[in-house]
Amino acid sequence: MTASKRLAAREGDVSVSRRAVLRGTGALIVSFALPPVASGQEAGGLKPVGAAARLPGSLGRAPFLDAWIRVDADGTVTAFTGKAELGQGVKTALAQVVAEELEVPLDRLKLVTADTERTANEGYTAGSHSLQDSGTALRHAAAQAREILILEAARKQHMPPDRLKAANATVLGPNGSRLTYGEIVSPNLLHLQAKPVTPLKDPARFTVMARPIPRIDIPAKVTGGAAYVQDMRLPGMLHARVVRPPSYRAQLTTVDTTSVERMPGIVKIVRDGNFLAVVAEREFQAIQAMRSLAAAVRWQERPTLPKQSELSAALLKLPAQDFTIFEKRAGDTTAATSLEATYSRPYLAHASIGPSCAVALADKGSVTVWSHTQGVYPDRQAIAELLGLAPEKVHCIHVEGSGCYGHNGADDAAADAALVASRLPGRPIRMQWMREQEFAWEPFGPAMVARVRASLDSSGQIRDWDYGVWSNTHATRPGPAGSMLAGQHVEHAFPIPPPRILPQPEGGGDRNAIPLYSLPQAKVVHHFLPTMPVRVSALRSLGAHMNVFAIESFMDELALGAGADPVDFRLRHLQDPRARDVITTTAERFGWAGRRHGGNRPKGPGTGCGFAFARYKNLAAYCAIAMQVDVQYETGRVRIERVVAAVDTGQVVNPDGVRNQIEGAILQSLSWTLYENVSFDDTRITSVDWSKYPILRFDAVPDSVEVHIVDRAGEPFLGCGEAGQGPAAAAVANAIADAIGKRLRDLPLSGARVKAATGI
Amino acid sequence: MDLKVNGRIRAVDADPQTPLLYVLRENLQLNAAKYGCGLGQCGACTVIVDGQAVFSCIVPIQVLGGKEITTLEGLGTIEHPGPLQRAFMDEQAAQCGYCIPGMIMRAQALLQKNAHASDAEIRTQLQSHLCRCGTHARILRAVRRAARLMQSGGSDSAVNP
Repeated sequence: MTASKRLAAREGDVSVSRRAVLRGTGALIVSFALPPVASGQEAGGLKPVGAAARLPGSLGRAPFLDAWIRVDADGTVTAFTGKAELGQGVKTALAQVVAEELEVPLDRLKLVTADTERTANEGYTAGSHSLQDSGTALRHAAAQAREILILEAARKQHMPPDRLKAANATVLGPNGSRLTYGEIVSPNLLHLQAKPVTPLKDPARFTVMARPIPRIDIPAKVTGGAAYVQDMRLPGMLHARVVRPPSYRAQLTTVDTTSVERMPGIVKIVRDGNFLAVVAEREFQAIQAMRSLAAAVRWQERPTLPKQSELSAALLKLPAQDFTIFEKRAGDTTAATSLEATYSRPYLAHASIGPSCAVALADKGSVTVWSHTQGVYPDRQAIAELLGLAPEKVHCIHVEGSGCYGHNGADDAAADAALVASRLPGRPIRMQWMREQEFAWEPFGPAMVARVRASLDSSGQIRDWDYGVWSNTHATRPGPAGSMLAGQHVEHAFPIPPPRILPQPEGGGDRNAIPLYSLPQAKVVHHFLPTMPVRVSALRSLGAHMNVFAIESFMDELALGAGADPVDFRLRHLQDPRARDVITTTAERFGWAGRRHGGNRPKGPGTGCGFAFARYKNLAAYCAIAMQVDVQYETGRVRIERVVAAVDTGQVVNPDGVRNQIEGAILQSLSWTLYENVSFDDTRITSVDWSKYPILRFDAVPDSVEVHIVDRAGEPFLGCGEAGQGPAAAAVANAIADAIGKRLRDLPLSGARVKAATGI
Repeated sequence: MDLKVNGRIRAVDADPQTPLLYVLRENLQLNAAKYGCGLGQCGACTVIVDGQAVFSCIVPIQVLGGKEITTLEGLGTIEHPGPLQRAFMDEQAAQCGYCIPGMIMRAQALLQKNAHASDAEIRTQLQSHLCRCGTHARILRAVRRAARLMQSGGSDSAVNP
């Protein structure tokens, strides 16, 4: 459709009925039924249906353009996203997308993020979905808005639109005519249904996207600007601390609050069943009162936790629901060799550096909550249920916190703040969790077991593959009030919702459990464990960390059995050209063919190299990683010397942002894989500070981490936040095996385990 | 009591046992020092007292009378960042950024004493600081860049990108 025909279509469509749009004509239509802000809000709650379902990215959830892009008469341009900045740089990337397609300078663009009264409902900011969902929606909305502005400028100036072009928030015409977006816009100009198809800018003409634009949030963060919910100071704000039970099933029996009530600055003690909190004028007063209250309360505890030293056995004994998620049969499977192995991972903590925090204000029957949640809309629902309010009486606004890496204590702290605020209307409540509370109560990444058996034929090709993974759910996010600790602890407790199975193809515990390799015969079973002895939920990459660790470790074991080079062995089982590209790029940049590696070297410090690959969720970013490690035999200490990664994340918006995410994923996964393990006795979580939950420190940081981006200009966004987690885990495991000549299959690959394996 | 913070004498009304962190954040409304653990285990709260990097979460204000306290805010502003702040921006050395103010203060204390600190010395100094996003490699690069900036008296030309 040419620009002039589109203009005609738009002008003609003024008379088209709303029903015609709902029938899915895909035409642009002006609707005055809802004011712009309300439209964003309304559309936010809708599930895509009919025509909307065909709209790109999250546009289907909020099909009106002005839910995404607003241009005001004063020239202000604002973009709205339902996704949240978690430290992954998404604000910068989304702003780049809008600036590029809307032709607005980046520094002129305002960006509003997840807010239940201002932005579309885009669910959670999770699963490496932000660019795929919101980036795609904003890109199309911005491009369509640009066209509409050009058409409107053409109409105002009685010019053919194809003689006009947009640049610098201005529409330029022949003979030097100029109209700024502010001059062009009129109320409701962008209150139009998005079209399913948008002519997008050719990547060759990009000036903002695919550029390493500096992050817009970093200057404030390195100069002491107010950057986090922890930094909020509202007039009249009070400080709250919660006194949590000492263990999961503990019941509050008695509490004597009289001495605490007399402490300086105490405003209120809130007790509701097992929920206990204190509110004070000053922060340190709240902390001191929390400590005194913790000493004054009696709990009845019950031992409910499995024996940590036999965790894998305990998981395998839990009742399981079995789902065969992949099955392929071949007629003839003559195998020469068979191998079998079992891998495991313990519970892992998100372990955010900043414990969770939220601010809430209850006033005139409504509650506003500022939270570093990954999902403002789900939190709104849970908090509304907890407080017995209609959802529209709860306003949830995302404000950044410390990095979360999945479902940590953020939502629980938001519910705690809201509950306390509801008992002190008119006073803003800042609820800050303590370090030990975050460690004891955050929902951990689930412990998992994977068992794999495979056969090789006489030529060293895999003939048969049999894989099973045992895991709890990886999603107990809000939702219902019972998903929040406050909801579980109040006297009239809300039921804990039954665990959800996250379906394939993305999966939960079975995320990435299906190998991408071509296998003539294969079976993959997800043994879903509904019983959750330990509180669990989503940790960055969900089951992919464990499944990729297991699959890619086993690929190396098979390569060894076949007498093949690990990289060659992978390539000869892999057809997908984009998968092959990241593997060959990593191998070349690492110098894999000429690497130093283990084998039958004399005893002593050992160098080893490891390789691993995965396509995240088998449908998102491709990532291959090679590592060189040095193992000190005397101590078992693993030092990572060099890491090389290649990633294909589709169209890149910010190459430095991609590198930062992949570098971070590698280092974080190394920390999980080498050191981490949530500890507990039969009743309590015991890893409640950094001395009991050590993570990677600077002495273990690799000498170099290189990330190479395989450019895929024009391809859809694939996201990158979680792509590195699995391959990094397997690459280091394979490098250690190469260095010491023995295979370690249980995480963490601790110094003690490495030393025991070397037998020195 | 009076505290000298970022070169200014500030009268603060707080219990003398209050750890410095809460006085900085609440009484003086300074954002940079962060609560991370309250145990001196993570480094997010680090500030400089008389030239030494200290964990403000475990130092009560009663021992700080007459001492020079410097927070990240004292190193520069968003318009006129100090060498470390500028280096962290140039290297894009942050993800969530929560640990960064403490990292910068530890590095400032080191580079004030020795602008020629080796890579090993930088790592050793930062060993007591935790970063969960895995930004370590960029943080090391930023500190090295700041060291070069400081050696050259802040001129850009001496800094190799």
